[in-house]
Amino acid sequence: MVTASRDDNVKVLSRKDFVSDQEVRWCPGCGDYSILAQTQKLMPELGIPRENIVFISGIGCSSRLPYYVDTYGFHSIHGRAPTIASGLKASRPELSVWVVTGDGDALSIGGNHILHVLRRNVDLQIILHNNEIYGLTKGQYSPTSELGKRTKSSPYGTIDRPLHPLSVAIGAEATFVARSIDTDAHHLVSTLDRAYRHKGASFVEVYQNCNIFNDGAFADFAAKEVRADRTISLEHGKPMIFGKERDKGLRFSGAKFEVVTVGENGVTDADLFVHDETREDPSIAFTLSRMEWPEYPVPVGVLRAVQKPTYNDLMDKQIEMAIEAEGEGDLRDLFLEGDTWTVE
Amino acid sequence: MTTLTRESDQHEGPDVLELDRVTIRFAGDSGDGMQLAGTQFTKTSAVLGNDISTFPDIPAEIRAPQGSLPGVSGFQVSFSSHDIYTPGDAPDVLVAMNPAALNTNIGDLPRGGILVVNEDEFTETNLKKAAYGSNPLDDGSLGAYRVFQVPVSTLNARALKDSGLTAVQVDRCKNMFALGLMFWMYSRPLDTTTRWIDEKFGKNQGVAEANKKALRAGYNFGETTEMFATHYHVPKAKLRPGLYRNITGNEATALGVITASKLAGRTLFYGSYPITPASDILHELSRFKRFGVRTFQAEDEIAAVGAAIGASFGGSLGLTGTSGPGLALKSEAIGLAVMVELPLVVIDVQRAGPSTGMPTKTEQADLLQAMFGRNGESPVAIVAPSTPSDCFQMAIEAWRIAIKYRTPVLYLSDGYLGMGSEPWLVPDYTKLPKMDPDFAHDPATFKPYARDPETLARPWAIPGTPDLEHRIGGLEKSDITGNVNYDAANHDKMVHLRAEKIERIANDIPELEAHGDESGDLLVLGWGSTYGVITTAVQRARAKGLKVSSAHLHHLNPLPKNLGDVLKRYDRVLMPEINLGQMRMLVRSRYLVDIIGLNKVSGRPFTISEVEAKITELAA
Repeated sequence: MVTASRDDNVKVLSRKDFVSDQEVRWCPGCGDYSILAQTQKLMPELGIPRENIVFISGIGCSSRLPYYVDTYGFHSIHGRAPTIASGLKASRPELSVWVVTGDGDALSIGGNHILHVLRRNVDLQIILHNNEIYGLTKGQYSPTSELGKRTKSSPYGTIDRPLHPLSVAIGAEATFVARSIDTDAHHLVSTLDRAYRHKGASFVEVYQNCNIFNDGAFADFAAKEVRADRTISLEHGKPMIFGKERDKGLRFSGAKFEVVTVGENGVTDADLFVHDETREDPSIAFTLSRMEWPEYPVPVGVLRAVQKPTYNDLMDKQIEMAIEAEGEGDLRDLFLEGDTWTVE
Repeated sequence: MTTLTRESDQHEGPDVLELDRVTIRFAGDSGDGMQLAGTQFTKTSAVLGNDISTFPDIPAEIRAPQGSLPGVSGFQVSFSSHDIYTPGDAPDVLVAMNPAALNTNIGDLPRGGILVVNEDEFTETNLKKAAYGSNPLDDGSLGAYRVFQVPVSTLNARALKDSGLTAVQVDRCKNMFALGLMFWMYSRPLDTTTRWIDEKFGKNQGVAEANKKALRAGYNFGETTEMFATHYHVPKAKLRPGLYRNITGNEATALGVITASKLAGRTLFYGSYPITPASDILHELSRFKRFGVRTFQAEDEIAAVGAAIGASFGGSLGLTGTSGPGLALKSEAIGLAVMVELPLVVIDVQRAGPSTGMPTKTEQADLLQAMFGRNGESPVAIVAPSTPSDCFQMAIEAWRIAIKYRTPVLYLSDGYLGMGSEPWLVPDYTKLPKMDPDFAHDPATFKPYARDPETLARPWAIPGTPDLEHRIGGLEKSDITGNVNYDAANHDKMVHLRAEKIERIANDIPELEAHGDESGDLLVLGWGSTYGVITTAVQRARAKGLKVSSAHLHHLNPLPKNLGDVLKRYDRVLMPEINLGQMRMLVRSRYLVDIIGLNKVSGRPFTISEVEAKITELAA
């Protein structure tokens, strides 16, 4: 358990320190409750003072989350949370900045900003609540909705091909890419913890059920009773094993993964692919980001975690170096740059 | 305008005539280095002690086809022995480096004006590109001017034949030859430019030597040829004593915002996306890392303003800058800043036209966008600098208001101010007033939307402050607590509070001052970059005995408290604007005074005579 030195008496923070006085107004049964709960559970364990934590969101159901966490918070405008977070982190690097967003917010209206915050590697945590639907505007299809989906705005089925958030993130050079599921509390909190500990932009997609407009979107593989057989939990340095009996695995043959069963057709543990999240080449992580049920188990956990200099560190360094090389800025010198003359 | 007085009859060689003001326009192909020649002429004249004013006129195309009409680049510099406020209506001298430059600029040269042409470029091909049916140097069409045909290219090439440079490199020096000739004609020394060449090309000795040689060759050509019977001298101007430097509006804006950050003791964060003519502010600020300036070249205009708002939330001075179409993109985020009541300064270096319009041309037509271009009742403060050097002062003023009232402030510069230059009396930094960000600290009294009783500003509580954790955002706020609130009465109250807060800034800005008489036949009221022409036109009209005064608005929202009184003291009010009457509409609707408009939307600033003619029509 961690402490924050807010005053002379070291105060131990607990989950309730992160519960704000605002009434939580999500639909009963919404997956967002679990994400909020895991977030509030994680906060006191980070070892940072509460006042140094900031949650920034855009627009959508998920983006209401900052109101419910008793830290500094900014509920901004549609799609733009990454921009506000970038400006805050680049000017106040000591703060822990969390971006809360949804599939519409991050990938539709904010698609451009998501690409750039990731490629710049600003040291932030981005939690994308993906329910594959527009909830707040009451049920239109989103950029992650499956092709042909019938909604209020697509009564004949969508003709827009969906985006895969993790593929987008990896394509944008994200240094930390992970996935979790709202109903898997333990996995979710540990994934968020990993995201926090990563230095750089962390992108976490959370499959989040919208029980009003898109109920059961992930049930095929995420429901408790089938989860073990239909998802694969990635662990760095470990062979890729899944299944209730821990007997299934992934083998990499040539250009793609194949699902195999250990003990059948001479397959042993040694044939399974060992997950290496630190691999510089993003192609394996990208391949993982494309794996979908029922052809494959759905990967959860950390797909990619590589170290690169962060944008905010580089900005700090440039300023330090400029001051070292040119001396701290002096306004009088600045005013007199170039040719001057005196009028008597 | 120029008066000739013979300075000396004993002078050997050509006569020296004394002038009190000269305007030169350098015009050539966009690759000919005309901006550079003009800038160097300006620097030298400034250092000599003349008052100066410049007007670069750049084509929108980066490099239009060589010799073509759209590829012409111009730089006008006016220098004088007295205070001047504009770069001059019409050039006294036109330097035309090719037929296209002649064709596009000759219309501005008054009869009797001096025309220096590079005759080498008047080839059949170039004449055709410039849409000339016959060679104007031969067909008598230039009879109204004092034409000097100089084989600039040939003379330049001859001077540099031993330089060891390629033919292309040699030809590039011909702007220096032309500049040298102008230096001779107006009795300017070469040393400022020589020093600049050494600094600029220091690493490439061959190029540096060639440029200096071309410059001297041009000067010597003037000295030795019998073509020019006269050269001229413009004495020093009587400026306020002190230390001066030449400054463009965009440079002054950059210096102003850095100074504001020092005066407030807060980091400056500049989020911007490149756009003409605002980009120079980004270029300037990017150089000043040693001042702790954090520049963020964003992926788009929206990200630029979003990042600035984020920085302001963190307690820095969040600044964003753009030009017209960029301001349109920033609208939603400026509305957010209105709602969260954080300091933010938005620079708009206005340019001509709707949509992309004419990026390199000037206009004052973003006023109504600045005022109303957001959803809902969304008031912001608006300020406007009046001259290139005034940009420094108004940038600090924008920050003073933004910090004190926790509000976005729009700063309306324009292309003419941003790119134009004039001497700047360097201020004493230690005498500039400090600005207190006055952050909230006390958990016992803190409420996110409580207000200062005088200014109605809400507290600025920045992350990292213990026990002031709170949430802000774009949804309507509850009075005092800042919680989300859809209550009808609360919304009504908050709309009024936000409006009232901006109105109260009027208590905190200077009253409008009329120059001339306290009352009279005519008041010429302006804002922004029309200051120079209005001031000069009114001075001329008054010299002719007309009862005319001028007044200039630096604060556009709110307007100075005494504006209504000032308007009523004159029989008539004229408002010149580089738009179709945007400020006139605002002032008329508010004060019910039937202001007369003088409006121009050609992408160019007013000339003095345009304003003077209208004054004469109304007041004579």
